[in-house]
Order: sequence, then structure tokens, then C-alpha cells
Amino acid sequence: MRHLIVLAARSAWNRRLTLGLTMIAIALSAALLLGVDRVRRDARESFAQSVSGTDLVVGARTSPVQLMLYAVFRIGEATSNMRWESFREIAAHPLVAWAVPLSLGDSHRGYSVVGTDGAYFEHFRYSGSQKLAFTGGKPFEQTFEAVAGAEVAHRLGYRVGNRIVLNHGTGDVSLSKHGDKPFTVVGILARTGTPVDRSVHVPLEAIEAIHLDWHGGAPIPGVSIPLEHVGKFDLKPKAITAALIGLKSRAAVFRMQRNVNEYKGEPLMGVLPGVALDQLWQVVGIAERVLLAVSAMVVAVGLAGLVAVVLAGLNERRRELAILRSVGARPRDIFLLLMMEAVGMTVLGAFLGVVLLGVLGASLAPLAAARYGLIIEPRFIASGELILLAAVVGVGVLASLLPGYRAYKLSLADGLTPRL
Amino acid sequence: MAADPIIQLKDLQFTWPAQHAPVLDIAELAVEAGERIFIHGPSGSGKSTLLGLLGGVLVPQRGSIRVLGAELNRMRPAARDRFRSDHVGFLFQLFNLVPYLSVIENVVLPCRFSARRRARAAAEGATPRDEAVRLLAHLDIEPALLGRRVTELSVGQQQRVAAARALLGRPEIVVADEPTSALDADRQSAFLQLLLQECGAFGTTLLFVSHDRRLAAHFSREIALPAVNRVHPEQRAA
Repeated sequence: MRHLIVLAARSAWNRRLTLGLTMIAIALSAALLLGVDRVRRDARESFAQSVSGTDLVVGARTSPVQLMLYAVFRIGEATSNMRWESFREIAAHPLVAWAVPLSLGDSHRGYSVVGTDGAYFEHFRYSGSQKLAFTGGKPFEQTFEAVAGAEVAHRLGYRVGNRIVLNHGTGDVSLSKHGDKPFTVVGILARTGTPVDRSVHVPLEAIEAIHLDWHGGAPIPGVSIPLEHVGKFDLKPKAITAALIGLKSRAAVFRMQRNVNEYKGEPLMGVLPGVALDQLWQVVGIAERVLLAVSAMVVAVGLAGLVAVVLAGLNERRRELAILRSVGARPRDIFLLLMMEAVGMTVLGAFLGVVLLGVLGASLAPLAAARYGLIIEPRFIASGELILLAAVVGVGVLASLLPGYRAYKLSLADGLTPRL
Repeated sequence: MAADPIIQLKDLQFTWPAQHAPVLDIAELAVEAGERIFIHGPSGSGKSTLLGLLGGVLVPQRGSIRVLGAELNRMRPAARDRFRSDHVGFLFQLFNLVPYLSVIENVVLPCRFSARRRARAAAEGATPRDEAVRLLAHLDIEPALLGRRVTELSVGQQQRVAAARALLGRPEIVVADEPTSALDADRQSAFLQLLLQECGAFGTTLLFVSHDRRLAAHFSREIALPAVNRVHPEQRAA
């Protein structure tokens, strides 16, 4: 057996160019398949990590997925708000341990602005039970103070003490600016790998303040309230976009959800993050499956190429196989020789694919984190991926039967003198 | 036992699959141990088929083929393959060598498949490799060539390397199929001398197939295949 492996390896090395290219094709296809799966898993993981400490997300009635998307992931926009009184009432409920108000809708150079209060820095949890930490400064205290997420600070080069201007509405390019009311950066958060990194946090009062002289999404013509007069107004928020709720006991989550859903004051909705995410994945799952199927097809193409190359080489090797027959190789040995070649190519290709993916993953992880807030874990291979990899190799072994069988038949027919 | 022929064919008939008429029909053919037989015949007289039968790669549809007392036509395919690697060394006209192996690796190849030949080669030298080196030296292959790729060798050198491989581990029978036809006249006779000398040293039975009857003088017996084969080429023309 060992001498057959040596023979197969020597023979393959003799044809290293064609086989090498075929192996690269298999490596790329395997990397694609594993990569799609890895991004899929990591996306789910990152999403789940972003709300790990929150028991309930509360907002105006809409679809649970939509509420999750804008309240937690800053994707899309809220269609309606909830009243501040409703929030106060829910926050005061005996089952509730803490409540964080969120007021969204403004942006800063493409990053979302989150109006909130001190409870945010106190109670928000991510990745299990990790608390927000500051790399510099402290939470905001005054109206026109802001706390920047790690990514915002890193990308825009913000330090504590910088003055920034917020934009009305979301999006990178916004025509209306709140230029008359600049903010001072007082704190910078440590990296979390969640949408928090890509947010600018300001007090709820500030959201009210910058919209004092605005109405219906545009500045009121001829009205401008200078900064020094802002303090004379009542900056108590009238409405917020959503709230994150932590309960004293997780067991009470369904009871509290019912309380929220049956709230008398206005139509509200409480969403369990896990349930909403499951719904989201059900929707996204279709696209994921299509992507996985396409990747699987690419792997099939790669393996078909391998079989074609090995089969094509077989004709030129008939004399070589006849020589081996003459020195005592059984047709079974010839079969194994060809199998080993194809299986070896598959295994090496798959391994190369894993290495390739590891290198690509490590080099693209910072970009994915910055652009999409997607945390790609640097790792060699995960257990779930082993199954995929085993499937690739398994299909490769099955495909290898074809050249093996063909060589077997040929060597039986040719005997010692190939009739070419 | 010693009086028994080493090779004995009786009422043997072989037909290629998908053909109607046999290519080979031999009533009786016997070869004694140590004989050096020259087999000749025009192309198409069934020479390759006969070699395939002797190597146990082909099986006759009728009759029997006994080699070293074993009835090849009754053995299972794997046993015939094993028998071939244990007892028969082959030498062909051209392209005898595996292109991606070195000279020495080509020579020791039979020992990879046959434990018997490995043991016998090791009995001659310290290891099969030592014995291969010794044989190669006898066949005028300088030690400098041992690690070379076989494709860098001349045709004459390649044939001598192939001869060393056929002889390594002292198989009882060496079957040579036109091994000299690719060589020029001087080299033909030099090669033949070396081959006969090595076979003589081991008492190996040599079956030498060629269409060139001028070589027949070197052998102890000459068999004209058309004379023993009852199938005539013109009969099989269709």
C-alpha cells in the first residue's frame, strides 16, 4: 500500500502543472463554500451578540424584525415613535430592572446618532454579559456632549474634546445640518463588535434641542434659536424611537411582553430579540441557501475538472500502467493508484482551501468589521465547517471512483501491451 | 519434478473478446528449465498474445497453460498477478521504464510488488538495492546514472536498465519481447550477450521473441510460432 502511495505521489509530481492548477481550482471552490458558510455563521453570531443582555425591545407597533433592525442594528428607519410617558410607565413596571430609551433618526457623517441617557452606558450588554467600556473620557452629562463608538472615533480620528456637527436624517450625504448646535466629544467607547461601534451617542435632550427650530423634517424658515437660549426651553423628550428593556427575571419575559403588547396608552410592541432574529434568519435563510447551493455547484465544477484531468491523463499513462502490470501490479493496484491520485488532489485542495480562507479571513476581518460591523472570528476551522469539508472530500472520493474504474478496465484490457 | 517442463501448453486456444476466430491455437508446446528459446514469427502471428498468456494477464478459453507446475488457467486473477510478479521478468521493445522514477527505482520496482523477489534479491546482495546496483554494473550501467531520470538515458541504456529489472530477484522465467529491435546492430549483439550471460549465471529460462531470425544462433532452441500456431494469419484477416 505504501509503495502505491509513493508511486501515486511521484506520478502526480511528474504532472504537477496540470494537477496543480486543478488543485487550485478545488482549493478556491472549497474556500468559497466554507467562506459562505463562515460569513453566514459569523453574521448570525454578531447579530446575536449585539443584544445579548436585552430581554425585550419595545417600540411602536410594526413588524418585530423591522423593530429589531432599526432599534438594535441601526438598519432602516422607524415609521412611528413611542411616547415618552409610555416609556416612563414601562420603565417603572415592577418586573423591569432597567430600561434604555433610544431616539434615532439623525446621523453624523454616515454614522447613526443615538439619543439616549446614562442608563445606556450602565445597562447595555453585548457578547454574553460584557459592559460598555471607555477607552477615553466618560459618559455625557451636558446637553451638547457626545460619546463616539470605537469605529466612529477610529475612522474619523476623533479624540475627547473634538467638536462635531450632526446631520438631520440618516445617510452619508445629508443636505440639512444642525450646524448651529455643535457637540463636544466627551467619551470614546471601546470596541464591541456591535453596531455600538458605529454610533454617536448624545443625550435625549440634545435630540430635542437640535430640533427646536425644526418642524416636519426641515428648519422653520426665519426661526433660529441660538445655542445660548436653548436652556430656556423644556428639553424633556416627547417621544423616543424604541427602548431596550432588561428584566429582573428572565422567566418573566413573556408576561412582560404581554404587558407591553396590551399597553393601554398607545399601540406598542415588545419583541424578544432571539425570536425576532430567528424570524430574520428565516427570511435571509433563503438567500443563504441559494448562496450555499451555488458554492456547492462550484465545488462540483472543481471536482468535475479534477476527474476530467485525471481521465485525460490516463490515456497517456497506459504504457506506464502496463509496465506496472508487468512488474506485478494487480488491476486492483492500478485502481487504487488512480483513486489515490484523485483523492489526494481533493484532500490537498480542500486543505489548501482552508488555509486560503484562513488567510483571507484574517486579512479581510478588519474591513468587514469596519464596513459591515461583521465580526469574522480568526480561526482555522470550526466544527460545523468540518462537516462541509468532509462532504467535499467525500464527493471527491466518489468522483475518484470513475478514473479508478476506468484505469482498472483499461489495465484489464491492455494487459502487458497497451494497444494504443 | 526436475524432468517436468517449466512451461507447458496443451490444446490451448485463445480468442480476443468480441472476435470470433481464435488468434492462438497451440496443440503442444513445452519448455525445459534453463532453456533459452528464440520465438519468431511475423507480426500478427500471436506473439503478444502468447506473452500475455505466459504472464497470466490473459487466460485461454480452452486448454491448459502450466508454468512451474502451476496451472495458470485455473488460478484466480489476483493469484496470477502474484505469480507473474514472483516468477516472471518482462522486457519489452521500448518504453520499459516508468518515466517519473529514477534508474535505480525502476530496477527495484518488482520487489515492491513481490515479496519473493524482494527476499531473493536481498539474498544476493545485502538489500534489493545493492543487488540492483550489482546487476546494473554487470549490464554496463555506471553508478553515476543510478539517480538519473530514465528519460535522460539513451535507448540502449534504457533497455539494459529494463533487463536488470527483469532479472532482479531471480525470477525463474524472463520473457523478452523484441528487446533489441530498437537498437542498432552492434548494440543488439552486445545487449544480447549481456542478457544471455546473466540468464546463464542464474539458470534463468529465457523466452526471447523477435522477428529477426539472425539472432536465433545465440539460442539453444528456435520455435517458429507459425509452425506451432494452428491459426494462420490469413485466416484471421477478416
